[in-house]
Amino acid sequence: MKKIGKSIGKAFIFSIVMMILCSFAYPLALTGVSQAAMKEKANGNLIDEDGNPTTDKEKAVGSALVGQDFTEDYFFRGRVSSVNYNTYTEEEKESGEYGGVSSGSFNYGNSNPDLKARMEEDLEEFLASHPGVEKEDIPSDLLTASGSGLDPHISPKAAEIQIETVAKNSGLSEKTVKEIVEENTEHKTGGIYGEERVNVLKCNLAIAKEMGLL
Amino acid sequence: MLQIILTLAIFLILVIPMGKYMYHIATEQKTFADKVFNPVDHLLYKICGIQGENMGWKKYALSLLTANAVMVFIGYLVLRIQHLLFLNPNGIDGMESTLSFNTIISFITNTNLQHYSGESGLTYVSQMCVIIFMMFTSAASGYAACMAFCRGLAGRKLGNFYRDMVRITTRILIPVSFIVALILVSQGTPQTLGGNLTIHTIEGKLQDLAMGPVAALEAVKHLGTNGGGFFGANSTTPFENPTVISNIVEMISMMILPGACVVTFGNMLADRRREKKAEAAKNTMPVAVPTERHSRIWMGRQGAVVFGAMAIIFAVGLTLCYHSEMAGNPVISDMGIDQSMGSMEGKEVRFGTAQSALFTTVTTSFTTGTVNNMHDTLTPLGGMVPMLHMMLNCVFGGKGVGLMNMIMYVILAVFICGLMVGRTPEYLGKKIEGKEMKLVAVVILIHPLLILGFSALAVSMQDGLAGITNPAFHGLSQVLYEYASSAANNGSGFEGLADNSIFWNVTTGLVMFFGRYLAIVAQLAIAGSLLAKKKVNESIGTLRTDNVTFMIILVFIVYIFAALTFFPALALGPIGEHLTLWM
Repeated sequence: MKKIGKSIGKAFIFSIVMMILCSFAYPLALTGVSQAAMKEKANGNLIDEDGNPTTDKEKAVGSALVGQDFTEDYFFRGRVSSVNYNTYTEEEKESGEYGGVSSGSFNYGNSNPDLKARMEEDLEEFLASHPGVEKEDIPSDLLTASGSGLDPHISPKAAEIQIETVAKNSGLSEKTVKEIVEENTEHKTGGIYGEERVNVLKCNLAIAKEMGLL
Repeated sequence: MLQIILTLAIFLILVIPMGKYMYHIATEQKTFADKVFNPVDHLLYKICGIQGENMGWKKYALSLLTANAVMVFIGYLVLRIQHLLFLNPNGIDGMESTLSFNTIISFITNTNLQHYSGESGLTYVSQMCVIIFMMFTSAASGYAACMAFCRGLAGRKLGNFYRDMVRITTRILIPVSFIVALILVSQGTPQTLGGNLTIHTIEGKLQDLAMGPVAALEAVKHLGTNGGGFFGANSTTPFENPTVISNIVEMISMMILPGACVVTFGNMLADRRREKKAEAAKNTMPVAVPTERHSRIWMGRQGAVVFGAMAIIFAVGLTLCYHSEMAGNPVISDMGIDQSMGSMEGKEVRFGTAQSALFTTVTTSFTTGTVNNMHDTLTPLGGMVPMLHMMLNCVFGGKGVGLMNMIMYVILAVFICGLMVGRTPEYLGKKIEGKEMKLVAVVILIHPLLILGFSALAVSMQDGLAGITNPAFHGLSQVLYEYASSAANNGSGFEGLADNSIFWNVTTGLVMFFGRYLAIVAQLAIAGSLLAKKKVNESIGTLRTDNVTFMIILVFIVYIFAALTFFPALALGPIGEHLTLWM
């Protein structure tokens, strides 16, 4: 009995020591170094109206890494999100329609009829609001939900087919909109890794700026 | 395709030096970092009263179980009273009891199955004192067991559990995690103790951004092949995995230590052979033999065979997954949309199909369980690969356990081949006899028994069926995946499953528990039993286990056993779904 007690005691002391080391020393030291050396990055990559990095959350209009839900017809739209990008209005919060911050996808299997129904509905709506776009021009990323529900990017093709409509509704020239898209296209790392992609929030910031909204 | 190959190339370049370093730690040889770590370790030994006496397998296993049990107790307590503790800027409540049970078992067994959502379910103190803490200690426990197992097979003493734990944590896990975490922060992963942010968007709406000490958790989550995300959607979320560089760093982090284990194992065996030779040489001519004159050892022949077999199975799975994802979902093609990017439902644009398929195969082969795309939305065959690799549970595997499982198949292969050609089954100079075979059978049978048994239970009970959210074949896939993930201590999920219910919390908790500890104890027993045996000399009748022929046999043995056990279930799940979609 004494022996068992002793071995449990040893395990207990060991656990506490490990906890001090792993749960406090390590993350706190890391927080210190990160906050000192990479303040903007360690605090969520916030950007202000000009698209510049900031750490002031009053000035921030979003994070360069996180997508947002855009509904105005003169903005580019991003991917389908099951959590609506955690974007909400005051009323939606009060009514409980917005249930708090989360992330994820619809988790529809390939054969799930709900997937087909959702995509068909979105497809119809997209074709109606984007005259001139043919079905087979629409890349699948625009109508499928992202895994996190927070994807900040769309494929260059998905941006390209929206240019005409965005230009028309914003009153900007197609050339300007096209340049904005090009400016906010991120390329493959080292020309090899990852995919070409367009940051929707940054595009829309530039459009709002051109339109004089900000 | 090129980027997949080049990512794996980085892994191959890094795994050998890491394996060497780990081998030096496992055998207490000198390393370049001793000057820093020796004083730290000695201090820790002193505080904890660790004398470092050599343990037998029973004592080793018992120490592991005791330490893990104490950690469970502490962790459970923290989860239940987290709302009363400090560091709770987001005002989160205490955790409900069955969910706490599930969570604590999930993290101590290195499964990291999550039935809660990090954003809304855990305070920062829980993230640090339960999640990060257990990510370190459960990984260290696994590697400790693996080191003891390897020492046993290599004819060394098993060692001391606590000493192994300290050395693995201070010399590998913490320093490497720190470096990985800094790289992740440089890519944009937050590392702060401040609360969630609410910002005003340019459309006049509000957006919540979940924050926290994400990078600290993220690093050890992959390095320790843990897999539990800070946020609900795990490594798909931009804050956990902001860029393709972070994606590659995360993949390499989860591959490096399980890969290194095999290298360590190979080195220990090669080392033993060398010592034997040196001894023999010393006996014939009593001159000191210089030890440095040997040709360079990479991973040793025995290690290379095991590594090769794992790599073949990995490559087969990866190819199937990638092609299946690139082929896309026929339902979407039928709508007339351009699907040249592959099946994008549940994937992120920055990763695309290539990085997603690779991540999926890596996370389930190395049993981490982190995801950078939603596995529930994978194409049927693309989703079958992760499921299958968890069912095999030996394709590198996580935290050292994969190597031990593969050795089970090695022993099985030796035994079967021995029976076929009439040779004495022996492995590494030790006879394989009834006792070892019984233990091997236990390890190999417990896994399918847990997965298939509990799946059957779930689909025959209303409480189990209530969790299924996709119709037809895919519904069964969700159930199979959940138990495969639990039994393999992986932790990823077909996340659609509504799994935060008493039934799912309790059953998966049990599966994780038995999947982890029954196997580990049996495996340590095998190592102990082999260690106690007299070594037999290699003869003409010995089946060689260090050549390509054996490697291929090994691959076949693994597939045949998996096919026999799991094929019927897979046919009713992913294969059935594939056929209905494509036919």
